[in-house]
Amino acid sequence: MARIKLKQLEIELESVSVFEEPNILLEQYPTTPHIAARMLHTIQSRFHDIDGRTVADLGVGCGVLSIGASLLGCGHCVGIDCDADALDQTRENLEELEVENVDLIQVDLSNPELSPLMESSVDNPPFGTKRSKGIDVVFVQHALKMSRRSVYSLHKSSTRQHFIKKAAEWGVDIEVVAQLRFDLAKTFKCHKQKSVDIEVDLIRFSHRKK
Amino acid sequence: MKLLTHNMLTSNIIKGVKNGYPLKISASDVQLIDVDFNPEFITRMIPKINWKVLHEAAQSLGHANDLPAELNAEYEADQEFLKKTHHVLLEVEVQEGDLICPETERKFPISHGIPNMLLKEEEI
Repeated sequence: MARIKLKQLEIELESVSVFEEPNILLEQYPTTPHIAARMLHTIQSRFHDIDGRTVADLGVGCGVLSIGASLLGCGHCVGIDCDADALDQTRENLEELEVENVDLIQVDLSNPELSPLMESSVDNPPFGTKRSKGIDVVFVQHALKMSRRSVYSLHKSSTRQHFIKKAAEWGVDIEVVAQLRFDLAKTFKCHKQKSVDIEVDLIRFSHRKK
Repeated sequence: MKLLTHNMLTSNIIKGVKNGYPLKISASDVQLIDVDFNPEFITRMIPKINWKVLHEAAQSLGHANDLPAELNAEYEADQEFLKKTHHVLLEVEVQEGDLICPETERKFPISHGIPNMLLKEEEI
């Protein structure tokens, strides 16, 4: 059970302000309230990985997943990003919505170091198409290092086989929890079409019980 | 930055630093905020956190809140103790100051509550 209904969660997340000027190199596509609410609600109702847990949010962006995790009752959330503008925006959102249990850290994922006090990680990483190929894999690897239970992450469906192979390499379980359609509204000038629908997987990576 | 977050941060990302833990805190602005008390969460966190590090950090900020330096084995039934721990872990917020690497003295500035752990290329 989740402590607030899906619909209510989506409505609350609609009040989260998004980037004024997204950074194309960092692939800052905001997670829409619609997607964030569904993702988090599923994580809580199916896997009980948010309520009362410590949650990390890698690539926090504007904070929509962290704020959603807080609304679903997480005990503590740490939002991580390398971008100061994104963190400032998230801080304002947290203040605006009076969210008190989210901490933010500015750190580059090429060198993170947090002891694994976190239990779950809910992430919308870059797809790894702009800044550097493979950044999506790096995000998941770091999230797995930081989280004792499981990592939830959004990836292009076209990379599914790649992640299945990687999960086997890392010795973790993998499950495609849902397939979603991401409506990338014309966020960046380089997007020629008005809006592009792409297929995205919500993937759950979980550590095997020893 | 809350002390629960401080409890997990290290500076061993710096080249040559072995443990980098715990980071010292030098604070110029600490604020106390209200966070809902969730006794189950606190009870579950206590065995996971480094108690000594939490206690020392709280003491260095002047907010140890009478917490014992050693963890009492029967804390689960002790509501008063759980409340105090909750306060120290989640309600003491370092707004401005520095985190300091215990091995190199490298400072990581905390501004508006956000520690900046970014390193220069030559430090990695």
